Amino acid sequence: MANDKVVRVANGQGFWGDSLLGPLRLVDEGPLDYLTLDYLSEVTMSIMQKLKSRDPNAGYATDFVQLLARILPKLKAKGIKVVANAGGVNGPACLAAIKKVAQELGVKGLKVAIVEGDDIYGDVDRLTAGGEAFTNMDTGAVFATVRERLTSANVYIGAKPIAEALDRGADIVVAGRITDPSLALGPLIHEFGWSMDDWDRLACGTVAGHIMECGAQCTGGNYTRWREVPDFAHIGYPVAEVQADGSFVVTKHEGTGGLVTVETVTSQLLYEMGDPHRYLGPDVTVDFTTVQIEQAGKDRVRISGVRGSAPTDTYKVSMTYADGYKIASGIVVTGPDAVERAQLCADIVFERLAMHGAPVAPENRFVEIFGTNVCYKGIVPTPENPGEVLLRIGARGPDRKKLDILGREMAPLVTSGPPGLTGFAAGRARATEVFGYWPALMDKTKVSPRVTVEEV
Amino acid sequence: MAHVKLFDIAVARSGDKGDGSNVGIRARTPELYRFLEQNLTAERVKAHFHAICKGRVDRYEVPNLLALNFILHDSLGGGGTETFKTDAQGKVHGPALLHMEMDVPDALLPAK
Repeated sequence: MANDKVVRVANGQGFWGDSLLGPLRLVDEGPLDYLTLDYLSEVTMSIMQKLKSRDPNAGYATDFVQLLARILPKLKAKGIKVVANAGGVNGPACLAAIKKVAQELGVKGLKVAIVEGDDIYGDVDRLTAGGEAFTNMDTGAVFATVRERLTSANVYIGAKPIAEALDRGADIVVAGRITDPSLALGPLIHEFGWSMDDWDRLACGTVAGHIMECGAQCTGGNYTRWREVPDFAHIGYPVAEVQADGSFVVTKHEGTGGLVTVETVTSQLLYEMGDPHRYLGPDVTVDFTTVQIEQAGKDRVRISGVRGSAPTDTYKVSMTYADGYKIASGIVVTGPDAVERAQLCADIVFERLAMHGAPVAPENRFVEIFGTNVCYKGIVPTPENPGEVLLRIGARGPDRKKLDILGREMAPLVTSGPPGLTGFAAGRARATEVFGYWPALMDKTKVSPRVTVEEV
Repeated sequence: MAHVKLFDIAVARSGDKGDGSNVGIRARTPELYRFLEQNLTAERVKAHFHAICKGRVDRYEVPNLLALNFILHDSLGGGGTETFKTDAQGKVHGPALLHMEMDVPDALLPAK
């Protein structure tokens, strides 16, 4: 019966850099229909844009292609489809790389789709001329202050093009900057034929995607009652078993570690939450105060009743801009009066930077002394005289070469500073680029996501 | 009354929200939710994070999840990509909130 249909959507990658074990195990350890993978962050987009400017074949998540090389035959054998935002700012290059991998593995008849249209980096001036202000939605600052330093500009598009790609037979869908929950919502729209104004079902699918978007953070990872979580090492990544009415069960594959309870899932529901009444997405506005949640068996949590309403008429735009450089480096200070000597070391480094002709203004200096409650400042009592501390010194500024000197003035502290310093084995730190984040809104009608499907 | 840390009566998670963080806290029972709803005010959370949160604290109630959601404005030392703080995204603000101590009626305490 159509009403009994259950679609299993999993997330095997919560962010770029998440464990490769997640997706490898998900395709091995249990039933699955869709594997979703998240590779993008604001900073990633600027890095990819820069890579693409140097090499027209770069600018996508190469990790994804390497993963496919390992799991493609298994995906094909088990009929598991993949939805990933691995396209970055260069979907066509990602597609070409996937083709190559499929050919090398002898996998035939594979349909790969790319979703584009989110990358407006090259269209910003035309869009500005057409009336888009791109005012910073957090600060109200005007766009002209960063226009010349822009390093990426992407629209958070929704689930519709993902569903379209699947409707057209795609086995693998590679998108650029789509919202994280859309990775899961797209397959559900495709499977159940949900209409794009069926707000409640779209809201359910969005919540499923939201719960899974950080991978194992809903299956016991980062859970504050951590002693209750069995077998972290083998933690199971989340699987949502979704029904046509939008209700779903969050679970994980049998025999995996971790824990799926109302509390582990609620913890993740609360992650990055703003106003719970209005969770804004490109396809639907979700009211999290309508979420019904209950334990439905061991490691099974059922979600239902989620209500949604029409989305706004704007897309969120995620932009980044070049904002100088920063450097940070650390050294261990041991023994009595470690804190006092750590502070002295920081003073010495900044003084020596000035002697190099690379002075750092006080507002651009940063010092953290770990062991003195850096992260819990004012919240838990600070140890009076810790026997050892980790000194972390940072600086920022417009001149990369001058900042690099900080990295070279750390090791000399051991022989030309106070005693008891050690642990400087990691090598010299180097300055890295700082990308400022510029969130804005734009008229939805001026963005046209497009889908290309190719058989490889 | 029992003097407890919120660790004993709730779970929490936090993440970044622009230049601030959100801290979601979920009570272990409906009775404890009502207790926290009355006692865990935005003012109290602001005082708890006085050395970390430089801006105001907003509170939202999510009774269906037995949860309160706090937004700690200006608590990351600049935006997520620009800050120098090791905890650039407020990842530890959740557990930090659970360090708060409160007097809770014995009858409300969950069984160990």
